[in-house]
Amino acid sequence: MPADTANTGYRGVWVFIEQVGGEVAPVSWELLGAGRQLADALGVELAGVLLGQGVAGLVTEAWAYGADKVYLVEDPVLGPYRTAPYARALVQLVKEYKPEILLLGATSLGRDLSGAVATSLGTGLTADCTSLTIDPETRLLEQTRPAFGGNVMATILCRRHRPQMATVRPRVMPMPSRQEDRRGELVRVDMAFNEAEARAEVIEIIEEKNKAIYLDRAEIIVAGGRGVGSKENFRLLEELAGVLGGTLGASRAAVEAGWLPPEYQVGQTGTTVRPKVYFAIGISGAIQHLVGMQGADVIVAVNNDPQAPIFKIATYGIVGDFREVVPALTAEFHRQLAPGPG
Amino acid sequence: MLQMVVCVKQVPDTAEVRIDPRTNTLVRAGVPAIINPFDAHAVEAAVRLKEKYGGRVTALSMGPLQAEEVLRRALGMGADRAILLTDRAFAGSDTLATSYILARAIEALSRETPVDLVFCGKQAIDGDTAQVGPGIATRLGFTQLTYCMAIDAVDLEQGYIQVQRKLEGKREIIRGRLPALLTVVKDLNELSYLSLPALIRAALATITTWNKDNLDLDPAQIGLKGSPTSVRRIFAPPARPGGEIIPGEPRAAAATLVARLVQMKIIADK
Ligand SMILES: Cc1cc2nc3c(=O)[nH]c(=O)nc-3n(C[C@H](O)[C@H](O)[C@H](O)COP(=O)(O)OP(=O)(O)OC[C@H]3O[C@@H](n4cnc5c(N)ncnc54)[C@H](O)[C@@H]3O)c2cc1C
Ligand SMILES: Cc1cc2nc3c(=O)[nH]c(=O)nc-3n(C[C@H](O)[C@H](O)[C@H](O)COP(=O)(O)OP(=O)(O)OC[C@H]3O[C@@H](n4cnc5c(N)ncnc54)[C@H](O)[C@@H]3O)c2cc1C
Repeated sequence: MPADTANTGYRGVWVFIEQVGGEVAPVSWELLGAGRQLADALGVELAGVLLGQGVAGLVTEAWAYGADKVYLVEDPVLGPYRTAPYARALVQLVKEYKPEILLLGATSLGRDLSGAVATSLGTGLTADCTSLTIDPETRLLEQTRPAFGGNVMATILCRRHRPQMATVRPRVMPMPSRQEDRRGELVRVDMAFNEAEARAEVIEIIEEKNKAIYLDRAEIIVAGGRGVGSKENFRLLEELAGVLGGTLGASRAAVEAGWLPPEYQVGQTGTTVRPKVYFAIGISGAIQHLVGMQGADVIVAVNNDPQAPIFKIATYGIVGDFREVVPALTAEFHRQLAPGPG
Repeated sequence: MLQMVVCVKQVPDTAEVRIDPRTNTLVRAGVPAIINPFDAHAVEAAVRLKEKYGGRVTALSMGPLQAEEVLRRALGMGADRAILLTDRAFAGSDTLATSYILARAIEALSRETPVDLVFCGKQAIDGDTAQVGPGIATRLGFTQLTYCMAIDAVDLEQGYIQVQRKLEGKREIIRGRLPALLTVVKDLNELSYLSLPALIRAALATITTWNKDNLDLDPAQIGLKGSPTSVRRIFAPPARPGGEIIPGEPRAAAATLVARLVQMKIIADK
């Protein structure tokens, strides 16, 4: 039986600082911002946990983003991410220092690690949260998350086990401002690792940002529908995607017309995407398309029919012929994103 | 000879699940139950490995009696046998309890013949947590390989598997020691067509059912009692704000829109 650990001296809010090759996942800083508010509401300390090799330079960054304390574990075995040694390190830290809340980003790495850690600790884990608040009476963490593909929201509690663990969706919590001279405490923890416990060896990591198979991970998608009219016309969309470092996407109608291969299809029978910006060009907004893209932060619709249903859910719409609007967008992005003198 | 177990979950077709705005309860009536789409790709992967390396594929599901349907689907796809874990005491299990029950069943199978590979979907489309796979791997002490988009090689002699993991904008090629647990994404394979004879065989196959007593489970670790998380409330997601039309002829509208997006810092300066 996982022990009842609610009232056994667990205190403080922790944020796992996710880094790969010394590059921090921005969600970690977002979580320090969210964690700061939780810690203040509880009147406790906010700490960051940093695991890796040669990452001590990031400690001041964590302080600058709001951590009062940083737990640092460095070892060559923690260089490339492998689940087992990372999980063991985090579990050991939790057992020793007993935080009441532990937050991780809901990235591939964060979800891979958190599931292992929560199981070892025998505590509850709430997935992919979009809101975190403290119930002032019980001091419990109220963890709200979408389920059923975003059709349902649920608020989850972990009443009797500590730490209360959650992964949090990137880009939901605001990025806190960086306080240049803010300093905190550093707790360096020594642990012994051996390469064999990693059980795995990373052979290679291949960057492939703009490929259609990464549609579900793409940050900017320029999608076209039947209204684009031909394969040749997709060139205009490709140019827009090009200035933004984005990926093309398509409605089923465009795929069925043979303008783009099936792996580009967004929607119920295609890929579910959650980019920062989704451009829907010449797409009417059928429900089967919407379920695949309504999780985008910003939706921009371009359509010559002002009555098109896509405009109801689009953050911004432009009514017009895409053959004029899309090149104008490309030119404007070129102009406004050009590296200026400042 | 590879001993493989695939965990398959029966899920509602979530595109059709809604919240009743008055009662704040799930409306499931008339919603079709399907095999979790990622799990179908997991079955496909295991069956293909069996064809290549020889071995056996066991499909495993925890759920009510009607979850038998997804097990028959797995058998139709080429799984050799199917086991349904069903008991009222399992109801209300969160991911910690679910992974406990599934892991105990896999341990029981391992006592017959040691299991080399366990497959799970990347996530279930209803619960959407992606936590059960890592939970099982941790409990069994298997190498955990999540988000697999390709299986490059399995070497039973050397005792490893090499896979490609789908990460944010990149793929990781990683070699892990066996036994291992893989969670899979849809890119891993294209589902094969089901043949009629296979479907008939699947329809007639017997499905083993195990309840809590067959598995020698700690009652404190299953069901609601064994679940540290609890759902306090469910509600409909807030409607998407939006619907703002940027006025003006194309060039002017484009300039306004781009300025907005750049200001929101949502599209980064390069
Ligand atoms: C079971 C099932 C599953 C499905 N799955 C999917 C899925 O996964 N993904 C998907 O996308 N669809 C899916 N569909 C199909 C879906 O119902 C729609 O038919 C499809 O999304 C329509 O594509 P569209 O918006 O490109 O085409 P249309 O609905 O034909 O819309 C074209 C739009 O382009 C506009 N337009 C035309 N000319 C111009 C111009 N010059 N400039 C600007 N705008 C212009 C028109 O005003 C119109 O709004 C599915 C359907 C079913 C039944
Ligand atoms: C609205 C809502 C929100 C929830 N939120 C949480 C939460 O945040 N944390 C939490 O711990 N629980 C949560 N639960 C409970 C959770 O859905 C159940 O524990 C469920 O049994 C497993 O989780 P999942 O559906 O997310 O599966 P996932 O972990 O997403 O499933 C991954 C894979 O594990 C395998 N698998 C999962 N379940 C089974 C099964 N029954 N039989 C065979 N294989 C299976 C499949 O291969 C599947 O592809 C929630 C439930 C609801 C209704």
